[in-house]
Amino acid sequence: MAIDERFTRGRQEAGEGEVAGTRSEIITSPVRDWATDFSHLEPEWSADPYPIQDDLRQRCPIAHTERFGGARLPTRHEDVAAIAHDTERFSSRSVVLSNFRPPRELAPIGGSPPISSDPPFHHDARKLLLPAFTKKALARYEPATRAFCHSLIDSFAGRDVVDAAQDYAQHIPMRVIADMLGFPPQDGPRFREFVEDLLEGINLPPDERVDRVSRMFDYLLEQVHDHLDEPRDDLTTYLINAELYGRKLDPPVVTGAMALLLIAGIDTSWSAIGASLWHLAKTPADRERLVAEPGLLPTAMEELLRAYAPVTMARLVKEDMHWHGVDMKAEDWILLSFPAANRDPLQFDRAQEVVIDREVNRHAAFGLGIHRCLGSHLARMELRVALEAWLERIPEFTLDDPGAVTWSAGQIRGPRALPLRIG
Amino acid sequence: MNVHIDPGLCQGHGRCYGLAPALFREDDEGYGQVLGDGIVAPESERDARLAALNCPEHAIELAEEG
Ligand code: HEM
Ligand code: SF4
Repeated sequence: MAIDERFTRGRQEAGEGEVAGTRSEIITSPVRDWATDFSHLEPEWSADPYPIQDDLRQRCPIAHTERFGGARLPTRHEDVAAIAHDTERFSSRSVVLSNFRPPRELAPIGGSPPISSDPPFHHDARKLLLPAFTKKALARYEPATRAFCHSLIDSFAGRDVVDAAQDYAQHIPMRVIADMLGFPPQDGPRFREFVEDLLEGINLPPDERVDRVSRMFDYLLEQVHDHLDEPRDDLTTYLINAELYGRKLDPPVVTGAMALLLIAGIDTSWSAIGASLWHLAKTPADRERLVAEPGLLPTAMEELLRAYAPVTMARLVKEDMHWHGVDMKAEDWILLSFPAANRDPLQFDRAQEVVIDREVNRHAAFGLGIHRCLGSHLARMELRVALEAWLERIPEFTLDDPGAVTWSAGQIRGPRALPLRIG
Repeated sequence: MNVHIDPGLCQGHGRCYGLAPALFREDDEGYGQVLGDGIVAPESERDARLAALNCPEHAIELAEEG
């Protein structure tokens, strides 16, 4: 058995004492005014955030709230792009807006590099992963992804109604990531728990959040040990052996990167696939056109990503400053809404409409600047293959009960119940 | 027409090599590269414009020849 001292239990646990940081009061009451008291965790926002964002863009383009210990919400494309590009003034130390601010000393590495990292460390952590996430490198997962999508559709045999979020969209990214990392494929449902714990447990008591997070790291450490015993050609072995600054990665960096891929790669693609099927189910003209013209799918997909961009990020303001007309304080959160940027009429014609053959589409669904989604080529492959397989096998489908569709809460938005009538 | 990618701006979104694989390719880390000498044949000009208009980072520069 291989012995790698980096991963012995004692060392890993020593790193878990870092619960220092700042906690703010948990406030969960209905929003009084979105311009001065916004909360992306209230049900109105998850049900339909776009009218709220459109209203704010006109009357208060950088909204604020006292919740979460203070936060700002820009809704213009210009401001979102400027913040995403400005790593001098805005830190990625935590990208999940919550009532807990991790200690400032955590920068520039952060809890899960590279998403939580600032320059100069960010570049190095990202560089390590980039070669595994090129379009070319990911092409090898396409046939298995397609076969898996078909097997999910096979399992619908005999049913008139299926839940496209629960029975289809969710499973696709879980399986692909499990494959890439070399985790047991049947562990998919556990990944889902981890993801829910991290992304949707924001307003839980902090100690409970910490417990839930350690459950995930215990699992990941188990997987690392399994790969130390039995190295194979996958991303986990790659990370264990990877070197930065002439030495192998520290265990929290390895498990942090693995956690990030699970967290960043599942809810997001699940949401994008689900939202696309939701749109097509309620828009027969677009569905029929895509069935008739499969070649339009890559263009249509970009438009669905623009209009229903699933991912909103966060930043922390580094120092007190006056910025684009408002006062920002050090440690204020920024809710960095790529979805709002994608619907700014100054950037897009007919911004509120889904124009399925929109040719010019400089959308920001995968972010902007140095943190551009590392998994964007993977996400696009999953989304394309999932939609191709579905449209080929199930060209006709409608919402079974529009009132039964539910959307996730928090920064990743997509359908979580999506009953579709397919027969 | 001439096409050029500003490596200081490119973040590897891959819209260019997705839309116009005859003009662009990805390097080993996913950043965009112009194929060949960057001279765009007349029949490819539309693709070059499309790529430039879809690059989220405004990293693609087109220069019309006099
Ligand atoms: C449709 C699906 C997806 C969307 C819309 C999406 C969106 C995003 C966005 C907006 C960012 C920027 C974060 C920031 O600015 O702070 C990001 C970063 C990231 N995404 Fe994705 N993502 C998707 C799928 C994936 C997948 C499948 C993976 C990997 C398996 C992934 C891995 C990452 C990673 C590692 C980062 C951090 C990159 C960095 O900080 O350098 N994403 N994603
Ligand atoms: S689309 Fe723009 S950012 Fe993306 S690879 Fe091409 S040049 Fe780079």
